[in-house]
This record gives sequence, C-alpha cells and structure tokens, in this order.
Amino acid sequence: MSERLTRGEFMRRAAAGGTILTVPGLLAACGGGGGPKAAATTAAVSQTLPKTITFSNWPLYIDVKKKTHPSLVQFEKHYHVNVRYIEDINDNDSFFGKIEGPLSQGQSVGRDVVVMTDSSGLPQRMIQLGWLEKLDKAAIPNMKNLIPAQKHPNWDPNRDYSLPWQSGMTGIGYDPKKVGYEIDSVDKLFTDPKLKGKVTLLTEMADTMGLVMLSNGDDPSNVTQKTWDAAVAKIKKAVSSGQIRQFTGNDYAPLLAKGDVWACFAWSGDMVQLQADHPGLKWAPTTTGAMIWTDNMLIPKGGNVYAGSVLMNWYYDPKIAAEVEDYVNYICPVAGADAVLEKTDPAVAKNPLIFPPASLLAKTHIFDGKALNNQKYKQDFQKLIGA
Amino acid sequence: MGRLLHRRAWLTPYALLTPGTAWLLVFFVVPMYYLGKTALSQGLFPIFSFNWQWSNFSDSVSTYSTQFVRSLEYAGIATALALAISYPLAYWIAFRGGRWKNLFLLLVIAPFFITYLIRTLAWETILADNSVVVRTLQAVHVLGSDGRLLATSAAVIAGLTYNFLPFMVLPLYVSLEQIDHRLVEAASDLYASSPVSFLRVTLPLSLPGVFAGVLLTFIPAAGDFINAQLLGTPQQYMIGNVIQSEFLSLRDYPTAAALSFVLMGAILVLVLIFARVLGTDRLTAGAAA
Repeated sequence: MSERLTRGEFMRRAAAGGTILTVPGLLAACGGGGGPKAAATTAAVSQTLPKTITFSNWPLYIDVKKKTHPSLVQFEKHYHVNVRYIEDINDNDSFFGKIEGPLSQGQSVGRDVVVMTDSSGLPQRMIQLGWLEKLDKAAIPNMKNLIPAQKHPNWDPNRDYSLPWQSGMTGIGYDPKKVGYEIDSVDKLFTDPKLKGKVTLLTEMADTMGLVMLSNGDDPSNVTQKTWDAAVAKIKKAVSSGQIRQFTGNDYAPLLAKGDVWACFAWSGDMVQLQADHPGLKWAPTTTGAMIWTDNMLIPKGGNVYAGSVLMNWYYDPKIAAEVEDYVNYICPVAGADAVLEKTDPAVAKNPLIFPPASLLAKTHIFDGKALNNQKYKQDFQKLIGA
Repeated sequence: MGRLLHRRAWLTPYALLTPGTAWLLVFFVVPMYYLGKTALSQGLFPIFSFNWQWSNFSDSVSTYSTQFVRSLEYAGIATALALAISYPLAYWIAFRGGRWKNLFLLLVIAPFFITYLIRTLAWETILADNSVVVRTLQAVHVLGSDGRLLATSAAVIAGLTYNFLPFMVLPLYVSLEQIDHRLVEAASDLYASSPVSFLRVTLPLSLPGVFAGVLLTFIPAAGDFINAQLLGTPQQYMIGNVIQSEFLSLRDYPTAAALSFVLMGAILVLVLIFARVLGTDRLTAGAAA
C-alpha cells in the first residue's frame, strides 16, 4: 500500500472533510450513500470515507473463510470502515432492472460499487446515460497494476469509469466420458446426432453469438447484418432440430455435473470450480477461438466516489488480488498477483484458465460493443432463445 | 341531533368502503393507468414518448401469437389435470377424512412452506435424465431409450399442475364440506343411485368450488414463466417468459405492457365465458349459501 493512512491522519482528514460536506452529502456519507444525492461529484470529491461502504457483487465471487471475506475484513480494519457486501447480482439484466428506476430519477441506489459485465452492453449504456461516476484516480495508485490487455476497452478507453474485477472466457465445457471424444468445435456441437438434446447454449447474447460467429469464420468484434443473420440461422437450425436443449445462465453447471447435459457453451471459471468436484469435466476454447468478457467495478451515480475508489485501490494490490484469486478461479486483471500465488498456491498460479498464457489469450475475442446495444439484434436473439 | 345522524347515515357504507377503495385505487387503478400509458407509448427505456401507439397491441400479438396460444393451452391442460386430481382428493378429505381432515389439509398446503422456485427446481431433479422416474418410464417403454422428460412440454405442464394444485384443492374442499348430507340421503331415499345422486346433487352443489378453483389455477398458470424457464426449452416458453424478457432484456416496456394487457384481456374473456357456461346465478347463490 503506497497510501497508508494512519488513524490520526484519517481522523484529521475526516474532520476537514466534514466541514466542507453539504447537508445532503453528510446524510449520504452517514447512510453509506443512501441519501438522495451524494456530495461526491467529480470536481469536489470528498476525501473522507463514510462509515459504511456498500459493495454489490455476484455470488461466490470473492474469497471466503468461515463465512467472512478475509480481504474485506482486512480492508475494514485498515481503514476503520464497515463494508456492506451484498451478493445480489445474478444476472446483468435483472440487476439493471433493479437499479434503473432510481438512477433514471436521479436517485442513489444505495451502493458505492457494483460489478457488471462489459459484454452485456450495460456499463457502456450507463456511461452514455450519465449514470456512472468518474473514478477518483488519485485514490487508485494501484491502477498501474492493471494488466495491459485491459487498459483500453473501446467502451471506456481510459478506464475513467470502470476497473475490471475478473474476466472470463467462454468456450465449450464438456464431459469427455459421455461425449466419447474431445469436443472443441461448435459445428460438431451443433450437428453430432449423438449429442441431440444434450447441448445447451448461453442466454448471454455476446457469448453465444460470438462463438457461433467465430465458427462461421466471421469476426464477432465487428458484427455486420450478414454475419449476424448467418449466425442466427445456424442456431435456429440447431434449435429446431432438437439438438439444443436449453439456453442457460450459470445453471448449465449442475446439468453438466448430473449428466443431463454432455457439452455446452460454458464459462472458464465455472468449469474450474466444477472440476474441483468433478475432475472428469473439461473446458476448451473452440478450434475457432473463445470469447472473453470482463466484469467491471463501477460507481453508480450517487455512490461515494472516494470510498469506491479506495476500495478499488485495495483490490488492485497484488497481495489482496492473490487472496481473491486463490478462491475465485476467473481471470485475474491484476499484474503481480501470480507472483504472489507462486509462493502461496502454485497450482492456481499455473492454471491457464486463471492466468492464461499469451497463446490462449491470442485466441480470445471481444464482442462488438455497438452490436450489444442494437435493439434489432437483441430482439432477434431473444426470439431465438425462446421469447 | 337524531336528524343529523339520520341525514348522515347514507354516508356510512361509503365510509366503510374507503380503505378498500383506496387500496384498489393505489394498487390497481393507478398502476393500470401507467401500464396503459406505457402500452400506448413508443421507445425504449428510459426514453418513452406517449403517442397513442395502438399498433403496439397488434404487433405484439402477431409476433408472439405462438406463445399466447401455448400459454392458454398449457394453462388449460394443467387446470384440467389439477381438477381431475383435486376433485377426488377434496371429496375424500371432505367426506371420508373424519377427524384427520385438518391433517390432510395441512399436507395439501405443506409444500407452500417452501418457496415456489425451490419447489420447481426440485422437479428438475425428479425429472432429470438419469432419474428413477425417467429410468422406470424407459423400462416400461413409455419413453424411448433416449427419451427424456426434463425440457419437454410434459415437464412444464406437470410443473404447472403441481405448483397450483393446492389452489384447486382448497376451494373444492370448502364447497364440498359445506354440502348438507341430508340432501344426498334424500336423493337416495328417492331411489337415486350413488352416481346419479353425485351428478344431480353433489356435483352441482360443489360448482362454486370448481369455479373458484379453476380461476385460481388457470389465471396464475397462464401468466407463469418459472416452470417454462426451468423445466422447458425455448420451444416451451410461455407468454410470461416473453413479457419478462421484453421488460428486462430488451427494455421494450411498451411491447411488454401491451402484452400484459392482452393477456389480462384474454383471461378476462375466458373467465366470463366460463362463468356464463356454469351459470352465474347458481354460482353466487352457491357462494351465498
């Protein structure tokens, strides 16, 4: 930690900050950003931490030890704050549905940091709508540890609004014993009669359409009407022939473990976790490539910018990132975390699905940001998956 | 003073109605107004413009007619199945339950102590490809050797039937329980055989229960999306799934609102026809008795 606050200094800052806080700002600070409008706007960022910081994340996405989260406990001790950690994000769309009401009314959603996936198109849309606060980069010196591949996403080129929490790859998850061979081609998945009704795809548009486009030899980072239609037609055919059983979120995991599904589009981190109990299961990028996506920490309007930024800074310390990574199994965006893990848990440091080698990363593709928020495409896809 | 009270007396019933009316106004009429306004708007969240977009209705119905028909079909079959299962059950509890009546009723309601979602997920396990149920059905050749139950229409309908069964059993039980036994005895005194006395006495007297049970089952079943989502595939998705994805994924609130209205309208029409067929006079008379 380069920015270590002593308790005395912290109190001093708190006192100084207190005098410049407006009344609603004070309320918001006391209620953990629960007030109608936090004082924290880009220009006059208050440099004090509130009593409570609220952090919304996906389930099973942080280190756990005896029902506590050690990395958060250390943070609380270090900064003398409480962190309200809520695991209430199961699905980007549903979570967005929950927060869009207050945000559209200019109200706070009572959260200082939320985690949402770039490939849902929603972080991008929230920037366009002005619903995200700019990060206080002065409070995030550890941002220098962000791995180069993540520094300039096209939807937030300078990482002004977002920092990656974890990334993951989308490829094929399968049970080699059931399938009978190593399946790494989308075309086989769609046509092998042996797999009829034993295949699932994902309800996330970018993942499913991306992998199918790759199998067509098309570029998913630059979607055209022609490449889109070709992919839709290909999936439609597989659905109506009964080859595709379902479109799923995370729920393909138990189906795959139970043997109801033999092969499916699957997320790399899920498979690492599944393999712990079912060592026979495998994950592979397809012969034509894999998709990559990133879950991003964001500060929704009304959240406490300084608090959110300090929290982000904490998780960009390689030592803390390593603690999270030892439990989480998705791709770590923090450089140096692997060096820490080499000593503490070399198996994780060597796992190509957690610290992917350049050769694997070279096979990954990002889905076209413009296509993500194209209403026509979204409609096509929703119809395809059954609505 | 007495005159004043007398003059104000006409106000009393209205005053008593106030809480109910306020409730209805705040939680039904006002949301309805906004839903209606959204249904006639144009645009995607969060920017809508209200411009009497009546085409939302025709467009959404023509686009999703398959899911509409499917919803009514699934809900209809599930309701019929629930009735077929519940009637004998309720009859047995009401007339043969004796002192165990309350226990049996408790058993009927027991699943409600577990949330809807978990109950439906349990069916995912019961109907799984490697489950005892599927293995047995394959052994007796009801299902082909590569046949399955999960992710089929049968699974969705079974899920709907199961989940709404208590809504059918309870009103049936109440109306059967109220039947005066002396009427059945009188029927047999007049030389009616038991099937005849059932058809001419018990069944007609239990119709209010049938009516209430059918409504309580059919209406939520037609709008359900959990069963289709967890136990079905895209080929089984119902109108509830469409509305959900229109709201949450596509953020096309106008279409979603229009679909909700059409669903409501369709159900209302069906209910009115149904009430007409059964005869409203008899139903209200039965309910009053």
